[in-house]
Amino acid sequence: MKLTVRALMGACAIGAFSAAAYAETITIATVNNGDMIRMQGYTDDFTAKTGHTVEWVTLEENVLRQRVTTDITAKGGQFDIMTIGMYETPIWGKNGWLVPLNDLSAEYDAADILPAMSGGLSYEGTLYAAPFYGESSMVMYRKDLMEKAGLEMPEAPTWEFIREAAAKMTDRATETNGICLRGKAGWGEGGAFITAMSNSFGARWFDENWKPQFDTEAWANTVNFFKGMMDESGPTGYATNGFNENLSLFQQGKCGMWIDATVAASFVTNKDSTVAEHVGFALAPDNGLGKRSNWLWAWALAIPAGTQKEAAAKQFIEWATSKDYIELVAAKEGWANVPPGARTSLYENPEYQKVPFAKMTLDSILSANPNAPTVDPVPYVGVQFAAIPEFAGIASDVSQEFSAAYAGQQTVEEALAKAQAIATDAMEAAGY
Amino acid sequence: MATKASRTAARIMMAPAVILLLGWMLVPLIMTLWFSFRNYLPLRGGDLGFAGFDNYVRFVTSSAFWPAVMATMIIVVGTLVITVVLGVLLALLLDQPMWGQGIVRILVIAPFFVMPTVSGLVWKNMFLDSVNGLFAHIARFIGATPVEWMIEAPFFSIILIVSWQWLPFATLILLTAIQSLDSEQLEAAEIDGAPKIKRFWYIIVPHLGRAITVVILIQTIFLLSIFAEIYVTTAGAFGSKTLTYLIFQRVLESQNVGLGSAGGVYAIILANIVAIFLMRIVGKNLDS
Amino acid sequence: MARSITTKRKTINTAFAWAVGLLIFFPILWTILTSFKTEADAIAFPPKFLFFDWTLENYAVVQERSDYMRFLWNSIIIAGGSTLLGIIIAIPAAWSMAFVPSRRTKDILMWMLSTKMLPAVGVLYPMYLIFIKLGWLDTRIGLVIVLMLINLPIIIWMLYTYFKEIPGEILEAARMDGASLKSEILYVLTPMAVPGIASTILLNVILAWNEAFWTLNLTAANAAPLTAFIASYSSPEGLFYAKLSAASTMAIAPILIMGWFSQKQLVRGLTFGAVK
Repeated sequence: MKLTVRALMGACAIGAFSAAAYAETITIATVNNGDMIRMQGYTDDFTAKTGHTVEWVTLEENVLRQRVTTDITAKGGQFDIMTIGMYETPIWGKNGWLVPLNDLSAEYDAADILPAMSGGLSYEGTLYAAPFYGESSMVMYRKDLMEKAGLEMPEAPTWEFIREAAAKMTDRATETNGICLRGKAGWGEGGAFITAMSNSFGARWFDENWKPQFDTEAWANTVNFFKGMMDESGPTGYATNGFNENLSLFQQGKCGMWIDATVAASFVTNKDSTVAEHVGFALAPDNGLGKRSNWLWAWALAIPAGTQKEAAAKQFIEWATSKDYIELVAAKEGWANVPPGARTSLYENPEYQKVPFAKMTLDSILSANPNAPTVDPVPYVGVQFAAIPEFAGIASDVSQEFSAAYAGQQTVEEALAKAQAIATDAMEAAGY
Repeated sequence: MATKASRTAARIMMAPAVILLLGWMLVPLIMTLWFSFRNYLPLRGGDLGFAGFDNYVRFVTSSAFWPAVMATMIIVVGTLVITVVLGVLLALLLDQPMWGQGIVRILVIAPFFVMPTVSGLVWKNMFLDSVNGLFAHIARFIGATPVEWMIEAPFFSIILIVSWQWLPFATLILLTAIQSLDSEQLEAAEIDGAPKIKRFWYIIVPHLGRAITVVILIQTIFLLSIFAEIYVTTAGAFGSKTLTYLIFQRVLESQNVGLGSAGGVYAIILANIVAIFLMRIVGKNLDS
Repeated sequence: MARSITTKRKTINTAFAWAVGLLIFFPILWTILTSFKTEADAIAFPPKFLFFDWTLENYAVVQERSDYMRFLWNSIIIAGGSTLLGIIIAIPAAWSMAFVPSRRTKDILMWMLSTKMLPAVGVLYPMYLIFIKLGWLDTRIGLVIVLMLINLPIIIWMLYTYFKEIPGEILEAARMDGASLKSEILYVLTPMAVPGIASTILLNVILAWNEAFWTLNLTAANAAPLTAFIASYSSPEGLFYAKLSAASTMAIAPILIMGWFSQKQLVRGLTFGAVK
């Protein structure tokens, strides 16, 4: 059976090779984030270089995720390249649904990809998706408000400091909230934040035997601390705030601090931001337990196994995630706008080092370790998620319970008890 | 009256529609039933074998099940009440002589043309958002604290959005019915000196019975499966998770097709209970 | 016959109806206005109603990012095609149910409506697998057929109720004159039913235009209609109200304009048999 499959794939590869000389049209599913939309604008450069044309299917993150997951599991073959993240890549790679990217050209320099990124996008040492951009999370804060509060942000703050600073910066009269954080339901929204945060409190999703751990004190501490701090110093209605809502608040000068994706740094310092010149950066806080509360994520390009246009798709990936592409964007739109977090060489570039958030982004990425995300050992890979197929479903339910607790509709203890029940039930159903 | 030949012809003419709909009903239904007894997990490699009634038991014993049934009912009933009551009033208003009737009508029916996703997004972001939404701006303007609509009143928000979309439909049907009302009958009542309320209650409302039945029937079918409005607003948080949304979560987020299919079977059963219920209560109206 | 209406009453009616009408229309108006604002003006407090710097920038951005015409064309084909196909299948069925009723006609009608109650998401995987087998993924024909099937019960029911209102004597007379079944439908029935058919078409074009589950999940690049177009603007990074408004306006404008021109037809015709 295996032999047939391999023979078949070989045949495909040969077919693809001989077809490479012809111009093809590849279909790419991607997310509607700023960097991807910018990439679409440069498609002509790719077409000029290779002759291939591109059909874009741009969708909002959640819709995209459902769309590509349905297609890959049902083997629909609708896309030649899919934009996926660190959560999907190892699971799909394990199932043999993705084309291994271990034969990229020499000038592409795959070794230049940040080890944290290639590690999270591989399964058993084989790269299955090439990072378009990578991110961790960090503290973005208002230097002016910090000064007014008579405090100084350390490079690596603790949660205690953050809470204290948040309280001091808060001024309800001027709608200045000391801190803005994600409380919105959804595993990629509030779920990601609280999970990354829980790591620094010594909590974990599952123990070594895949038993859910929401009944532990560490989780109670995490959620209580979060809710306590946000009730004191967060914006009203933070239980519905996700990345976008917080970004908008910060840009309008309504947040003293914001702990979120490192890619947000370029948004809070660009022309849309009313506070651009006051923004400072620091590592995500810790609790002295040896783990910080920053996550690790990459939006990466992968080729579904079975596509007829593998060669052209690979050419596209080599173009879009190359050093040349970064330079193309830098030349046209400045270094602050290049896709960050994917390549070592970018951070060695003296031009890029002048970008104010470059160093902190790199330090944050380097301090996250998806293979050992928690204080206590865990059986899963992933910082703000666990790379198992059941996670997204469980985490989506769990984060809804948390959001209801943030909104005051139930206590933190009730939310955690429900989370434990949901997770236990789902893990049983999956046969752990 | 109908000859045998015409009856045969009638059958032949009905055949394409009936066969197509039978296929459209049976194929997915049978596949749903089949999957609901399988342990079908696409991300774990697909069909992992027979699951017995596990999926059914698991779906119904999940803590989310009954709240989801309740949420579905609240949204359906809430929307029905609002659209029928406001629809009757609006239809009466639009039936009155006025200047620019045509334009007013198009203004009133316009929401029906808006895609559910668009209306959900527009309402959530531009009206109900507690920071930048118009309602928050108004609240601030009059010195009140902006309401967190999605948290404090998720059902109200969803019902508001859905009602806004379906009010035109109800109004249109009720308006056509009112227009067919015999004006002589009304005039006679007016001459008899019957007060307005009485005229409304004893002449107009009974006349509208049939139209209201139709509105309820058609809207229920559509409302039982509303999805986009919830997806883009609360995403099922704060207790607003309907049965359709729960099935969506099981199928697409948890990637458990077996479990989702079992949920689908429950949803069909629920829909049919509602349908039978409707038929019993209002079906007579349709026959007359 | 006509009741005499005082000018005063008419004025009050007009004022009140316009107020209500504008209130209901306001969300759409606000969306259209916002689409001409800059992102900063779109969230400004106090909100700017008419006095802002009108700009077409958002439309330019949206047009540059996505090929609007292609989405529009797909929407037209899918909504129009499915409605047309549905009408062709539904007319004979509705005809026979209306004029050669049997004891089971009502049951069949109810059963047809009940096929609409299967929650779509529950059968996503089965449908996806079927579509792969048939090679229908991301094709317009696939969507035309699915949307036709979804709306067929509504089409049949609407047509049935219109046909029911046509007096049987006319058909009898035609039959006496020796009209064949075909000419009976073509020359006698259809002209009388045209208003009903027209409003059925209108309603179903609207329903098909706005269908957002199958059109989103069964398409990729080639057959994606405007619902997919919206999905790429729904919650991007950064400020997005103005761009979302522009995209929304573009998505609803064609159907809104169609509705505008046909509102008389829609107001007169949408009865579902509600009127005896």
